[in-house]
Amino acid sequence: MRGAATGRAFFLMKLTDNDFALFGLPERQQQERAEIDARWKSLQAQVHPDRFASEGAAAQRVAMQWAVRVNEAHKRLRDPLARAAYLCELRGAPIQANENTAMPASFLMEQMEWREALDEAVGVAAIEALDVEVDQREKTLLSEVQQLLDDENDATTAASAAAQKVRALMFVQRFRSDIAKRLDNA
Amino acid sequence: MALLQISEPGQSPNPHERRIAVGIDLGTTHSLVASVRHGHAECLPDDQGRVILPSAVRYLEEGRRQIGADALAAQAEDPENTLVSVKRFMGRRLADVAGAEKLPYRFEDTPGMLSIVTRDGLKSPVQVSAEILATLRFRAEDTFVDDVFGAVITVPAYFDDAQRQATKDAAQLAGLKVLRLINEPTAAAIAYGLDNASEGLYAVYDLGGGTFDISLLRLTKGVFEVVATGGDAALGGDDFDHALADWVLAQAGVKVRSAHDKRAILVAARAAKEALSSAGEARLTAELDAGPLSVPVTRSQFEQLAKPLVDKTLSSVRRVLRDAKVKTDEVQGAVMVGGSTRMPCVRAAVSELFGREVLINLNPDEVVALGAAIQANALAGNGKDGELLLLDVIPLSLGLETMGGLTERIIERNSTIPVAAAQDFTTFKDGQTALALHVVQGERELVSECRSLARFELRGIPPMAAGAARIRVSFQVDADGLLSVSAKELTSGVEATVQVKPSYGLADDQIAHMLKDGFASAEADMVARKLREARVEAERMLLATASALAADGDLLSGAERVDIDALTSAVGDTAQGEDADAINAAVEALAKGTEAFAAERMNRGIQQALTGRNIENL
Repeated sequence: MRGAATGRAFFLMKLTDNDFALFGLPERQQQERAEIDARWKSLQAQVHPDRFASEGAAAQRVAMQWAVRVNEAHKRLRDPLARAAYLCELRGAPIQANENTAMPASFLMEQMEWREALDEAVGVAAIEALDVEVDQREKTLLSEVQQLLDDENDATTAASAAAQKVRALMFVQRFRSDIAKRLDNA
Repeated sequence: MALLQISEPGQSPNPHERRIAVGIDLGTTHSLVASVRHGHAECLPDDQGRVILPSAVRYLEEGRRQIGADALAAQAEDPENTLVSVKRFMGRRLADVAGAEKLPYRFEDTPGMLSIVTRDGLKSPVQVSAEILATLRFRAEDTFVDDVFGAVITVPAYFDDAQRQATKDAAQLAGLKVLRLINEPTAAAIAYGLDNASEGLYAVYDLGGGTFDISLLRLTKGVFEVVATGGDAALGGDDFDHALADWVLAQAGVKVRSAHDKRAILVAARAAKEALSSAGEARLTAELDAGPLSVPVTRSQFEQLAKPLVDKTLSSVRRVLRDAKVKTDEVQGAVMVGGSTRMPCVRAAVSELFGREVLINLNPDEVVALGAAIQANALAGNGKDGELLLLDVIPLSLGLETMGGLTERIIERNSTIPVAAAQDFTTFKDGQTALALHVVQGERELVSECRSLARFELRGIPPMAAGAARIRVSFQVDADGLLSVSAKELTSGVEATVQVKPSYGLADDQIAHMLKDGFASAEADMVARKLREARVEAERMLLATASALAADGDLLSGAERVDIDALTSAVGDTAQGEDADAINAAVEALAKGTEAFAAERMNRGIQQALTGRNIENL
């Protein structure tokens, strides 16, 4: 057993650690959702306020901070787009979607065609068919992002290229939420 | 007093020191209390053997009241003073209640939440709910001949912040310590999942007397993870009664005006609806002021009336599946909860949607209270460590009003709680020194279509050019699903922080006032009660500290240990005295003094989780 002083130095985990370190996962885009979820649950089993229900207000506050932090990391890690954006940022290519609005013309054309298709779609089946198409496009873009982030040697250049695709994916995601809204009201 | 008793982690205290923890299902039409006894959750009966307490309170002369079955029996005879289904009014203003004119009550549009005029004065839904909760508390205390340590109270998953706060206020008024508010479908899933050792993805379809919830849960080895939830906080069995009553009145060409008639027709409709769950036809009969009414109804007529309501629930189910990105065939089973799922048309519709028979092998009335009791037992420290973990979500998005009456979402619906998020805002005028913030809950983009939770102002911003200030607004939702909001101006170094409690909740002094007003609570001696509660808290804190020191005392330096020991003996000493405030102050000092230690212990716990070691191997 270590003494008190070295014991403290041994426990390095901090609220401010990056999401991958917190979850003990390699810092890359390719991840298994089941593994992320399993680590999330095992972390929550340690830090959730319910675990400290009989230990007073102070422990409750600390537990809540940790549980919030673990949920925040889980939310980012489990969503491939949020995870990619986070990796880009860690590698010096922040997304800054508001300042980088320039998109390739072909991408903008595709967006406009989708919007028209959604406006003209009648009935749930037609809207769902469009959703399937957009879903395919989203998957292709995501696999391109993964390749850039995980397989390229020049990390900084690759991160900038990935960030550009992440911004495109954010448009796609917004469009998909519009589709979902239409389905909600259908 | 058993001071400094060390209990090993994973071991419950001695049987005679078990804390009495109860689960309470505070329902629209009826309420139950359950507890874990001899390792088994069961609903507690009253002295006549009845486990169900109708959620009805009748106010009589001279401040007397009837609660439960007696009140229910008098509802048509004394409709204005017999309050039922008040859960539908919790945290609600008069304008929020659809069809209020069909109810036999005299409503008053009081600030924050409506009230009802009775012969005993103005009653808030919180007070009425507190009467029901106190009745159940006394039932538990009579059963165990001991004080209740704390309660887990269930709320519909789709309850918003105001409704949750109102429920917590009602518990406080009833003298109950709330260990946790948990969602009704989650509670049902605990009872069902533990009973059947289920693993996988389950839907819980919970149609009660006044509320509808649909939750999708993933069950794995004692972890109950809510994937998504949805519903309608104003849709339940009562609405089926109203639909049937309206139809019958139209058939007979009768109009009801008096309070008596309004209640009589609803009571008759409910009886006919219940009869139609087993019979193909029934007769709706009521004694109205103008004479007797008797109209035959077939099941298929009723099901036609019910269809729009059932369809409404199905569209909620579909939305939840979409939110969770789950197809119906991935769901292993649909668990039916709530008395209204006894209607054959409801079961058939849900079976059809999921393409499989629904699960009805549990008592739809009791299962929520049983699940709450299991969680209460675990939270009170009576259960085995690590056998149960709930990961629940918030049902509705939370946000702020921005320019033009639009909503800016800060926390999305279906986020796992506890959760926090912050967003930066700025000033739009030169020299602006205050910023008005309006907190809203809901999915609509227009603020006017969302529920307003709170308004507050951040003042004292140093004068700056427009757009130069950086105001960070932070939202935090705790494990009960309750929100707190704070705002800070960051650039100037001058910080202003405001904590808000949603405006729908009762203010603390209002609660204090109600307590003083001689609430039904049998104990008038508040001082004695306060002292006893302080001592219980002190003992609890000492036990917790002792077991923490036993497990992880090696984390502390010698000086830190001395400090904590001093705080501990201060708590022990004051607890021997009669001064409740002094005990509370000592407990608070110990809590503060052990905060860093608690953080260190949690670091150790996390490290262990990551390296896959468990305590036994250390």
